Amino acid sequence: MSHEDEGSATSVDRDPDADGTPPMEATRYADGSITYPGHPVAPGGAEPVGTVDLSEYTATVVTWTTSTAPPPGVDAPNHLAIVEFDVDGEPVRALGQLTTDEIGIDDEVTPVYAAELRDPEAGIREPESQDWDGYRFEPV
Amino acid sequence: MTTNVAVIGASMTQFGQRDAWVRELLAEAGAACLDDAGVDPESVEHCYVSNMASGEFEGMTGVPNALAHDLDCLPAYTQRVDQTSSSGGAGMYAAWQSIASGASEMTLLVGGEKMTHRSTSEATDIIASLTHPVEYKHGVTLPSFAGLTARLYLDGYDAPRESLGKVAVKNHKNGVDNPHAQFRKEVDLETVLESPIVADPLRLYDFCPITDGSAALLFCPESIAKEYTDEYAVIAGVGGATDTHVVHERSDPTTMNGVVESGRQAYERSGYDPDDIDVAELHDMFTILEFLQMEGLGFAEPGKAWKATEDGRTERDGELPINTSGGLKSKGHPLGASGVAQGYEIYKQVLGEAGPRQVDADVGLACNVGGFGNCVITTIMEAGA
Repeated sequence: MSHEDEGSATSVDRDPDADGTPPMEATRYADGSITYPGHPVAPGGAEPVGTVDLSEYTATVVTWTTSTAPPPGVDAPNHLAIVEFDVDGEPVRALGQLTTDEIGIDDEVTPVYAAELRDPEAGIREPESQDWDGYRFEPV
Repeated sequence: MTTNVAVIGASMTQFGQRDAWVRELLAEAGAACLDDAGVDPESVEHCYVSNMASGEFEGMTGVPNALAHDLDCLPAYTQRVDQTSSSGGAGMYAAWQSIASGASEMTLLVGGEKMTHRSTSEATDIIASLTHPVEYKHGVTLPSFAGLTARLYLDGYDAPRESLGKVAVKNHKNGVDNPHAQFRKEVDLETVLESPIVADPLRLYDFCPITDGSAALLFCPESIAKEYTDEYAVIAGVGGATDTHVVHERSDPTTMNGVVESGRQAYERSGYDPDDIDVAELHDMFTILEFLQMEGLGFAEPGKAWKATEDGRTERDGELPINTSGGLKSKGHPLGASGVAQGYEIYKQVLGEAGPRQVDADVGLACNVGGFGNCVITTIMEAGA
């Protein structure tokens, strides 16, 4: 894990590693693009060259919804948003749960770690096939 | 040089809540299709089944083998086509390829799904299993993608919420005249707009139901079609494309690149353009998808589909009737069957056999969407000469 973008104007004034929480790890590619999640190659074919911890940044809400009919293992209502981070001028989008529905498009949010976003045993997906912790978004 | 591909038979079962299981649904549609075309089962050389999740829904796999045996199509080559909700369209693409390439001279395509024995929550989760782990762990569902995108569309294009409701009203009205539809009941705009919220700003009537059903089409070279019938359709063009697996990685979620690219391919292969299309079946799993496909296929400028809908252009008596079958919204959405059923409706329309749903149509288009625009198949069909 590397934190390549500390000191950015949009970074959060805290160190998420200090309390033992894992990073919200995005992948940076040789062409400068960043995606969350990472892929073996960038959309333009560039190779991965490092990672960026998005939990050090704030983001703006692109759009949001409240789902009243979530799948098994998810509490209702489930507030969700697509947000966009600005990592030194490079846009990176992510989707995640919101901590509230008191939200609007273009609002600023910060990632908040959750040890379990969804009950791994309740859905159709094999619990061991993926991780279940991650980051919700909270209005700044 | 490819062979011109004809469609010489079509069928669909009653859509809705059925007692039959997937194997029985597939056999019902397959047998009816062969009967419709007057083709013996032993003439079938390839037999394709479009199905997303029979293993997950009912613990039944190997359905193409089961169908070929049940219909006595042995020893036909069999293949399952899974492209999630666009499995039916992908089946049409595969069937077209099989004939156009010369690999088969008679291909039966049957799409089907059995879903209603599962709870809404379970069925939604089976469908959502197509999502990336970083999406799935947040409890994302396909309806929630629709809510996210609808908010962005309405906000970005200053479109009224009522315009989405009018898609539901129109398609329910069309479904009244479809004897195979799950819902043959009109709904008014007030009912749509006051129905329970499912994924804000979308409400219950913005969503298609969970459905059991099956549909089938029979393909052969146009030269052989004439041995069976004078009334057949021709696949004028087909295209298929894929967008990002991770939906939020798209720069503009209101533009479905898979729709744009598959449409471009289908137009190019057919020689037609959007103005040539007389009738279209679009994948209205959610009302917002009808707008996004209208714009992606060139039936409306970006951000203007809502206005075309409000102006009545997409009504049955409008300039471009859309979803004369009632669409997924009213007819129902048995995942693997839906793309084939779209083909069934276009086949009936271009042959002038759509009964009370008939519009003036020489050329029709079907657009079948998998995931939230993740995979898309566009097919253009016209009456044979």
